[in-house]
Order: sequence, then C-alpha cells, then structure tokens
Amino acid sequence: MTVTRRLSDVAVGETVVVRSVAAGEGGHGRRLEDLGVIAGTLVTVERRAPLGDPTIYEVRRSRLAMRRADAALVQVASPDEPVTHFDGETHVAL
Amino acid sequence: MSHCEPPSAARSVGPDVLHVALVGSPNAGKTTLFNSLTGMHAKTANYPGVTVTRREAIASFGDLEVMVVDLPGTYGLSAISPDEQIVADSLAGTIEGVSRPDALVMVADASTLERSLLFVAELLRLGLPACLVVTMIDEVAARGGAIDVDRLSTAIGIPVVGVIGHRGVGLDAVKSLLSDPAAWSRPVMVPPAEAAARSAWVRSVLSVAYRPPGADNRTRRIDAVLLHPVIGVLVFSVVMLAFFQAIFTLAAPLADRLDSLFGWFAGGVRDRVPGWFGEMLADGAVAGVGGVLVFLPQIILLFLILTLLEKVGYLSRAAFLADRLMGRFGMEGRSFVAMLSSFACAIPGILSARTIPSERRRIATMMAAPLMTCSARLPVFTLLISGFVPDRSVLGPIRSQGLVLLGLYVLGAVSGLAYAGILSVTALSGPAAPVVMELPPYRRPTLMAVLRQTWEGAWSFVRKAGTIILGSSLLLWVLLNVPSSTPPEGLTEARQASYQLEHSAAGTVGKALEPVFAPLGFEWRTNVALIGSLAAREVFVTTLALTTANADDASLPDRLQELRNDDGTPVYDAATVAALLVFFVYALQCMSTVAVLRRETNSWKWPAIAFTSMFALAYVGALVARLVVDVVT
Repeated sequence: MTVTRRLSDVAVGETVVVRSVAAGEGGHGRRLEDLGVIAGTLVTVERRAPLGDPTIYEVRRSRLAMRRADAALVQVASPDEPVTHFDGETHVAL
Repeated sequence: MSHCEPPSAARSVGPDVLHVALVGSPNAGKTTLFNSLTGMHAKTANYPGVTVTRREAIASFGDLEVMVVDLPGTYGLSAISPDEQIVADSLAGTIEGVSRPDALVMVADASTLERSLLFVAELLRLGLPACLVVTMIDEVAARGGAIDVDRLSTAIGIPVVGVIGHRGVGLDAVKSLLSDPAAWSRPVMVPPAEAAARSAWVRSVLSVAYRPPGADNRTRRIDAVLLHPVIGVLVFSVVMLAFFQAIFTLAAPLADRLDSLFGWFAGGVRDRVPGWFGEMLADGAVAGVGGVLVFLPQIILLFLILTLLEKVGYLSRAAFLADRLMGRFGMEGRSFVAMLSSFACAIPGILSARTIPSERRRIATMMAAPLMTCSARLPVFTLLISGFVPDRSVLGPIRSQGLVLLGLYVLGAVSGLAYAGILSVTALSGPAAPVVMELPPYRRPTLMAVLRQTWEGAWSFVRKAGTIILGSSLLLWVLLNVPSSTPPEGLTEARQASYQLEHSAAGTVGKALEPVFAPLGFEWRTNVALIGSLAAREVFVTTLALTTANADDASLPDRLQELRNDDGTPVYDAATVAALLVFFVYALQCMSTVAVLRRETNSWKWPAIAFTSMFALAYVGALVARLVVDVVT
C-alpha cells in the first residue's frame, strides 16, 4: 500500500516524489505542471519563509516558492515507495 | 529564402520580412539574446488593447533582414497573466495587426533544462519551424554538469545552439540559423501533450545529451543569509528603507532644480511671446512639460533600483519574504514591489502589477496603489505642514512636523492595504490562480541590460503620464483664464491676476463647489486649487499660489495664514488644514493614474470604482479629521 501525503505537509529537508496534482480552481493544476510539478517528479522541501508561508521547493533544479494552499493540491509519496509509472519505470528521478 | 525580399532602402516591415519570435521562461536570458541579435535598434510599442510592451527590432544578417520579436517570459501556453496571454495569442496568430511568427527561437537556461524542455515540448506542438538556444552553458559546466548540443539536436530533431550571452559565445551560430528558418530540421515525432508523457519525453531527450549540474551553492549560501528568519528580515528592511531614502534624498534636489529651471524658462517665454498665446505657452505648455519632467529624476532612480534588484535576483526574494503579509490583504508577494514603487508614483506601481498572474490579486494591487503616498503629494504636505504645524520637539530629535508627515504616510499605506483587503472579499472574491514564483540564481547583471530596462521604464512613464499631465495643464490654463475679465482700477498686478482667476471658469466652478466642500472648511480658492490638482497633485500648490496672490510678496504659507473669511476668522485654521491633509491622503486626484488604471484593467469599471470610493474616503476622512481637531483644540 502506498502512503500519500500532501506536499504542504512535508517537512523541510525531505525529498518526495509527486504522485498527482489536483486540478484545483482557476487553473492551479495546469500552472503547477508548467513549472514542472508533474507526477513522477522529485521535490525537495528547502526552506519556509520567516512568517511560515510560502515555502521554497526544489523542483527539476529550479527553486519555486509556493503557498501552503497551493502545495496542498500536490499529492506526494516517499521516493522509496514503489511506483509503477505509465512508462513502466519504477520511480523517476528528475 | 522564398518569403524574403531583398532589403528595401526604406527598411519598411512588409509582410514579406521574416518574423521570428523569441520564446522562453523568465530569467532564461531571452532579452540578453534579443539585445545582442538586434543591437540598439529595438523599438517598443504596446500590443493593441493592452499595455504589454512589444519589443521588436529588425536584425540584419548580411543582406537579409529579419524582424525579431521578444515575447514576454512565460512557463507555458496556459496563460493566466496578461503578459502570458500575449505569448499565447501571438503564437496562435490571433492578435489583430500582428502576424503570426514564421519561426520560433526557443530560449532555455541550461541549468534548468529539465523544466524548460517541458515548455519546448509544448511549443513544438504548434508546428512552426523552431530552434532551441540553450543559454548560460558556462554555469552548467562550472557546476559540474555537461551538455552536448549536437546530441540534443538529434534527440529533439531541431537545431540547437549553446550560447554564453554576456560573452557573445554562440551568437554567430544563432545569426546564421536565423538567415534561413525554412531549412531548419523538424522533429520526426511531435512531443506528447499530456503532462506525465511530456515529462517522460524530456527525460528521454536529456538522457542522451545532458548531465545535470550540481547544486548552485553560491545561491544557496546567499539565500541562507538573505532568507534567514532574523537576518533576512533585517536586510529586507534595510534594503527597502534605503530604496525609499534614495528616491527622496537623491532625486528630490534634482527635481527642485528642474522645477526652478522650468519656472525660469516659463518666465522667459512670457516675456518674449506677447499676448494670451505667450501666457498659454508659458503657464500651460512649458509648465505642463516641466510638471512631467519634475517627476523624471525619481522615476529614473526608481526604475534603476528596481531593475538592479530584479536582475540580481533579490526582487523575487523580497516578494517571497513579503508574501504572507500581502496575502492577508488579498494580494501576494509581488504586490509588495508594486506598493513600494507607488510611494514614488502610482503609475509605475500599477504597471509593475502586470506580472501578477492572478487577476483578482493583480486588480487588488492596482487599486491599492494610488493610496500609497506618491511624491506628488509631498509638495502639498510640505506646504501645509511647514506653514501650519508648529515645529517643536516631541521626543528628543523627533519633531512634530516630521511626525505628522510620517503619520500621513502610515495612514495612506495602512488604508491601501485595508482597501485591497476589503475589495478582495467583496468585488474581487472567487478563485485565484496559485502563487508560485521562481527564485532565480543570483546573477551579476550587465550594465547595458540594466540601463536599457531603466530607460524603457522611464520612457513608458513619459508616454503614459506625460501626455495626460500636459493635456490637463493646458486645459487647466484655459479654465483659469477664460472668460477674460477686466479687473477694477487701482489693483496691483498680483491682485489683478487673482481677480481674473476668481471670475474665470475655474473660479466659477470653485465657487459653485463651495456648498459641497464647506463642511470640510474649503472655500473657493481651495476648490480651484483642488480642480488644478487633477492634472497632477502638486499643481495644487501652484494654483493656490495664483488664487491667493496679493500685493505684498509674502510667502505662500504666510499668505494662507493671513487669509480671512468674511467674519474675520482665518480660512486656514487647524481643522481645515487637517481636513485638507487627510483629503490628499485619500483622494484620487490624478488623471494619469485614472487613465493608466483604465488601460491596465481594460475597463472603466475599476477606475470609476477607485475614483468614487477614494473621493468618498477623502471626504469622510477629512470631515472626521476636522471634527477631531475641533474637539481637541
């Protein structure tokens, strides 16, 4: 069984793999995909702002600041979890 | 080249000139490439209907001319901000009067290829001839990565060139490519559309040609300081204070000198050109042009500092630090920069809101901008505070006059935030686009790039505000001088001017407005000056100087203090001065701001709401201030 969490709940310093991105309102999901937050992508939680929000994530070697509410749309799992992706690979290290 | 005529002597951009668009993410080095391809010949204009700047230039490669267009930076074609919409529309060829590009030059930062190739995949699906320029390949190598452009070209199926923009490496290869897009190789297989499949396409392309760079340790080390919970916030405050200080202490003396220069020039024109025409030229046109140019020193400084902060990479960090605070008021981190610019002038503030993807946060930001205390209010505040607030020490070096001025700034800023907050739960409620910002690596900008962007910003201010300020000051001159009246005998020259004013169209309107403004303590002279301030707020001071002109050459504050009502009480008592100060904190007396709001929101709705609601705030606020001062004194 795979345990999924929301990206907003992942602790600073941890690396996770994106499982799915919810569509959200106002084009949220599509926007996140444009920035590289796509199923199979590795995301590292780097730093929170002094006031606790937003948080910096490292995604595909770029650094994105994302608000808690938007990061909550991203379902993630531990990169150690076996994931069978559509292209047959187990987890994807991007 | 089938669709390329030999260059004509007139260098006209006909339908036959090849049209190439540069597309890429923000910070990918697109503009650097554009500048080195086109030299200094870029011209900027607006896309029809919106104020997104269109940068294009004719580049000559041998005997061939190509029109190169620098599209705004974007991460994809699912547009949400006006800038991004322009990219999507340009590439679809749906913008009236602008032809669809014949070819695309996709620009991607080598260190973030894993992300930028996602956009490349999307662009390749458009079916246009396309090539890829990979920028900053030196950074990848410096961080232990490697890129093989030939293999990348084979894997994608299109020409790929690696460049180092600031050193000019690879530019010749790009230029020779641009001379014949029809010969570019096309991808054998169009990349997939669905996100996960696109991601797999990127992975397979990169697996043969790319070793990703290691972590950017320099950027990390700088961020460890600049985003630190304590040090980072401290640095942020110091940067913002220095920014603020620079605009006032460096630019204000220059502005004063320009102001007196134009005063002298207007005097010269008045002496040499006879009759009403000379007066209109001097007091309308020259004063109007001067009114625009007086703003220029700080507008240039504002754009210079903002451009530097942006190009170095600090602006996005500032937005990151301020996001939570601005979020409370229905805005986002980038709104902070817009608010800050608005302390110089609301117009660059409103224009900088363009990069905010979410429409409701963008509009909230633009609507709050005019409530920040812009520099045009400063002459009004200075006049009233220096003339009427007793200068005494409140606490050590802190003096009463400075404290009142600070209070007015705080009142404006707090009201602006509250105004945006209220708008975003009323007129602007609903879903908003996500707040996702890229934090680019820290980079050293080139001097040319900084100067260029500063110049473009300042020039867009002159175009947008200049025409309105000039037009308004000409109109104001007519209102103040028509109809012409004959003053009674025996008046001094100054009293004659004041008599003329009282019986002019503006004077008549000022008197007609007395019932409206009487509760605030404003009489006709103040009302006429308020009408004058619609051209630009600081015109209030010069108009008041005209309406209160009298025989003795007393200073304006002294004259105001001596003004008496019919019953012998002073016109400008403490309560009226307080009311006037508060009125100026809130009222949107600036036609240029109204016009820019109209253009940026593409509707009259928002400027109408802003003008009426801010007038109501000004009126009620002034009334309250008057009552409070009446009770206290």
